[in-house]
Amino acid sequence: MNRLDVFTLFLFNIVVYNIPLLYGTVGEIIIEKSGSLNLGVEGIMAVGAIFGYLVGCYTNSLAVGILTSFICAGLFGIVFAVLTVTMQANQNVTGLTMTTFGVGLFFFIGKGLSGSWPVMTQYASVNDGFKNPILIPLLSKIPVLGKAFFSHNILVYLGILIAVGVWFYMNKTKAGLRLRAIGENPAAADSMGINITLYKYVHIILGSGIMGIGGYYMGLNLGGSFEGSNCWINGYGWIAVALVIFANWSTAKAILGTLVFGFFNTLQIYSGSLAYAFPKALGFLSKVPPQLYQALPFIITAIVLILTSVRKSNKSAQPAALGLNYYREER
Amino acid sequence: MKKVLSIILALTLTVLCFAACGKTDDAAGNDANSDFLVGAIYINSQNDTAGYTYAHHNGITTAMKQLGMDTAKQLKIVDNIPEDTEQVSKAIDTLAGQGCKIIFGISFGYIDAFAEAAEKPEYKDIIFSHATGYKSNDVNFNNYFGRIYQARYLAGIAAGLKSLKLQNNNLGYVAAWGTEYAETCSGINAFALGAQSVNPKAVVHVNKISTWGDEAKEKAAAETLINTYNCCVIAQHCDSAQPQLAAANGKVFGCGYNSDMTAQAPTSHLTAPIWHWDVYYKLAIETAMNDPAHFMEKVGIYYGGLKEGFVDISPLSENCEPETAGIVEKVKTMMVNGEWDVFTNVKLSIDANGNITKNTEAMKDNKGADVISADGNTYFAYNTETGALEAVDGGKDACDGVIKGSMNYYVAGVVEG
Repeated sequence: MNRLDVFTLFLFNIVVYNIPLLYGTVGEIIIEKSGSLNLGVEGIMAVGAIFGYLVGCYTNSLAVGILTSFICAGLFGIVFAVLTVTMQANQNVTGLTMTTFGVGLFFFIGKGLSGSWPVMTQYASVNDGFKNPILIPLLSKIPVLGKAFFSHNILVYLGILIAVGVWFYMNKTKAGLRLRAIGENPAAADSMGINITLYKYVHIILGSGIMGIGGYYMGLNLGGSFEGSNCWINGYGWIAVALVIFANWSTAKAILGTLVFGFFNTLQIYSGSLAYAFPKALGFLSKVPPQLYQALPFIITAIVLILTSVRKSNKSAQPAALGLNYYREER
Repeated sequence: MKKVLSIILALTLTVLCFAACGKTDDAAGNDANSDFLVGAIYINSQNDTAGYTYAHHNGITTAMKQLGMDTAKQLKIVDNIPEDTEQVSKAIDTLAGQGCKIIFGISFGYIDAFAEAAEKPEYKDIIFSHATGYKSNDVNFNNYFGRIYQARYLAGIAAGLKSLKLQNNNLGYVAAWGTEYAETCSGINAFALGAQSVNPKAVVHVNKISTWGDEAKEKAAAETLINTYNCCVIAQHCDSAQPQLAAANGKVFGCGYNSDMTAQAPTSHLTAPIWHWDVYYKLAIETAMNDPAHFMEKVGIYYGGLKEGFVDISPLSENCEPETAGIVEKVKTMMVNGEWDVFTNVKLSIDANGNITKNTEAMKDNKGADVISADGNTYFAYNTETGALEAVDGGKDACDGVIKGSMNYYVAGVVEG
């Protein structure tokens, strides 16, 4: 393999391995913009992953798999909505419960099926649908960048489309404006006649569903292998929660955030190869302790947090009522 | 009305509780061993479906079933205990309080809590058995681990033969860690030596993921090895089957770990080094049950290998070269008989017909320094502070200690990156 190919593949894998972060982040941003802090991303992604994978395989259809992961994760999100919106439970605790519950459900179902677990390669439509890249005309012909960014599977493009679509929805539509108003000041929004409960329910379900597709992606990318699995999501849900802050609650910036996190995430594995391919320029990479690679994304998040708070401007888009339950009688 | 209802409910529950207790008492048999309790402390959940805790839990329950014991009643477990001496001590107190006569701790960091508990006079009748550690006493505290490197050497032979056939000397190895842990680095070295015994030109490229469990990284690391170095066999020291799936996907071959991964990668898997933890647990529980006073003589510090059936390789798959079975069998017999072992001054050289030649020579690391002297009497390891290569105390007898604890180098032909 020539040296440039190593570099191309490095860029390609930054996208392939980290798109689930984008789904998780976009889903979380939608929920947080409605004023709810949902720490259950990990669990919701796990639920979407397992149901999406199983149903997708049984029906041998990638589209059904995507839809199932969206619906099941959305339904699972209703648990969070009922507990926090209707029953006014503490959001942090409920979110953590969702993580434990979701990951537990993942293992419960997986273990129950251990004998008859579907093998992804036997379901041509799912397997090929996920693995065969869709080449974007013209752009995919560009050397290096074409392969790295414009020849991916359908779920990569779907993730980007969702991120851009949600950005448009939140910033350019009336419903998006109302959603943001609820996140900032639910009492004011309520007095404007906006149905707070309805908005919160809809967006919690929508956000959870999007996270679920991300979980499904993780499962497909790992070949749907349950053997020796520590749960496919394996902490990506938590990174997504951090990415929300990094992206400053903007789904467009979340695309950038995903690539930055993904860069370091992938760099750790590729450091040896890159050093091997470009000994002079990148030889130092293999000498960097791996712990530093693992820590860098979080160090950057900390720096971003410090910078945004130092500036003390109104640039921070954190919803003012984030994490607070809204109870009409307390107005 | 509500009050009455709640009183009735409470009463029903109380009655049910007693009824349940009564049942368990009735069910207890008369066999002398039916009240022997086994205690276990796990680092993860007993409900895991794979991985380290699962392997141990499965080993203990299998052994107990073989001994005709009832795991539901006779096995007491405290799980999800981190490597924190105070928490482990509490777990030991819990299990001792329940009446356990032998307590297993499966994680390395439990070592101090186990050493302390074993010295307590009130626990003198309890046997403490600690996996992967190095501490012990003469009466009731041992440690146990296995010579998995022997199985890795055999897997290395299978991989080496494949590389000869494919005329590609590059082998890949996805490792959780590298020279930081003797466990991982002895495994990598044994695999490399096994491959070199049949293909002297074999080079093992190690991609270290620096975590014990991360499936996405395991997959990416295997793909990197295949794409960058054109590796034709992917071996692994990590939990999941991801490296094997990546090998199958990349149309190369692979050696799994912990379980026979042929089911996951039917077109590419060769063989996997595997553990039979139940072999030790059966011996330990049986001895503790029947002759606890002589536990240290009969079981003692346990370091079982191919000979004891504690480690092995999974059945060779159809993907292996035809001559693999014969050669592996010969080398295995040599290790079972105690005629030869991996980390010695004798290097095996195996030709295409399966003839084994023994060459006595110093073992060199990948920087060219001698790590086992040519006469086989001195073992070396790097001093972690000064970085200098130093002889390990104990001469020839240091061998097991080096493999278990102080090995921190790669042998010649291993490249990290």
